Amino acid sequence: MDEAEVATNYWPLLGIVLVVIGFALRFNPLMVVVGAALATGLLAGFDLGAVVEALGKAFNDNRYISVTWIILPVIGLLERYGLQQRARGMIVAMRGATMGRLLTAYLLFRQITAAIGMKDIGGHPQTVRPIVAPMAEAAAEKSHGALGEDEREKVLAMSAATDNVGLFFGEDIFFAIASILLIQGVLESAGYPLTPFQLAVWAIPTAIFAFIIHGWRINALDRRLSKVREAPKAEGSV
Amino acid sequence: MITLDWLYWLAGPFFAVWAILSLRDQRYGNAAFWGLLAGSFFFGSDLSDFANGVLVLALVAIAGFGGLKRSEPETTSLEQRDDLAREFGNYLFLPALIVPITAVAGTLLYNYTPLFPVDLFEERRETLILYGVGVVIALVAAVVWLRPPALAPAEEGRRLIDSIGWAAILPQMLASLGAVFALAGVGEIIGGAAQSVIPDGSVFLTVLVFALGMALFTMIMGNAFAAFPVMAAAIGIPLLIEAYDGDPAVIGAVGMLAGFCGTLLTPMAANFNIVPAVLLELKDKNAVIRQQVGTAIPLWICNVAIIYVGAFLLWN
Repeated sequence: MDEAEVATNYWPLLGIVLVVIGFALRFNPLMVVVGAALATGLLAGFDLGAVVEALGKAFNDNRYISVTWIILPVIGLLERYGLQQRARGMIVAMRGATMGRLLTAYLLFRQITAAIGMKDIGGHPQTVRPIVAPMAEAAAEKSHGALGEDEREKVLAMSAATDNVGLFFGEDIFFAIASILLIQGVLESAGYPLTPFQLAVWAIPTAIFAFIIHGWRINALDRRLSKVREAPKAEGSV
Repeated sequence: MITLDWLYWLAGPFFAVWAILSLRDQRYGNAAFWGLLAGSFFFGSDLSDFANGVLVLALVAIAGFGGLKRSEPETTSLEQRDDLAREFGNYLFLPALIVPITAVAGTLLYNYTPLFPVDLFEERRETLILYGVGVVIALVAAVVWLRPPALAPAEEGRRLIDSIGWAAILPQMLASLGAVFALAGVGEIIGGAAQSVIPDGSVFLTVLVFALGMALFTMIMGNAFAAFPVMAAAIGIPLLIEAYDGDPAVIGAVGMLAGFCGTLLTPMAANFNIVPAVLLELKDKNAVIRQQVGTAIPLWICNVAIIYVGAFLLWN
């Protein structure tokens, strides 16, 4: 009898498994999350009504996470008057640099704009495909001559990678971003109230490391492209 | 005192207007979804927990059965935008800058100068409330400066919110999942089990397992947001914060960033890793991921070090 009381009920963990499987199988994420929440609550021994109540209370307590969307009319209005076209103009002005300098500058541009809340100013359809990737390719050809197929793929892929790294490791410095408020919500539910600021400042060290590491890798690719060519050139000059 | 409820009363009309415009556009699923969200902002504090729960289930049902669609409200053409961008130049960035400046400067002034009365804002909510103030100032400034058609701000906002769709409430829903995990005692269960597996008192090893779990779960699910409540409930909160007394701010913030390193490594994060390979017509669909490996792994190691140093060595 005592044993049964002491034994831990591991069934609520099934909720975690459901989240992982549901996301991996590409079900609608909202359904996965709510399904997992209901399953976790039921398996922990609450009845359905109590679980729905818990979910409703938690959703209501966390409304501040979705409040941030009220920025959209401002952003949409600025887009209507050419915000994205202007951002492109700024990137195009980086022309004339080497591929290494160009992508490093874009990395910094993306990190800084994301850090002040303008994360949709860049992106693969908006800036990488039409501007950054072609400019990086042109800059690489200007310094190194015609690129082989593999080299060209590397330069284009590095352009896309630079957009991702810049966005991921810039956006969390902005306090009113979903990921920061999600962290705040989860910690608050567990009894650790924090401000968005306290969380966002801790995104800064990683942002700096991301700039150093990825910036170094961009320039390493540029150097590698020139090294590949130096060898045959040296032969020719003998 | 200005509380979060004021901010919700500000947000309610935004979503209500999007619901009405969706209705006019005969997008009934969108109208119902944004309308329910408007209801949550207006009345959520007065509704019973059960009613709020039913509202959540309704939102999920609409999204789950494909009720939300993109919209194409009338806007300017690309050619017009090129001309407008030349006309307005870099000033176009200014209204967008008003928001973070208002929030950051306001928070600093509120906390460190006697300029504002004490207790003007609800505790810990001043930044978000000032964010709302910033949005209002920016919106008014943009409208006065650009003189758009009357409905343009609302319609441009609807264009963007509809392009985000149900994903707009995913973070809120994931935070709610975290709360249900907390209620069901998921943290205690795993914490108890993990403590018996991880050599007792090894803070560094626990940090390593936490950061590795964030990255791996993110790679499997393609989403660091979804991995966060799971790993926070499993290791972050019961072990790192409670058992080992670490700084919750570092563990939360940098833990999420360790997850972002996982995002760089997985084809499951298709929007970031596969879509660009297709857009750029690359032969190797994993070419973008290949370029990211060399950044993601050293950066993940940096994150482990930042958590260990920031949350434990500097904190205690």
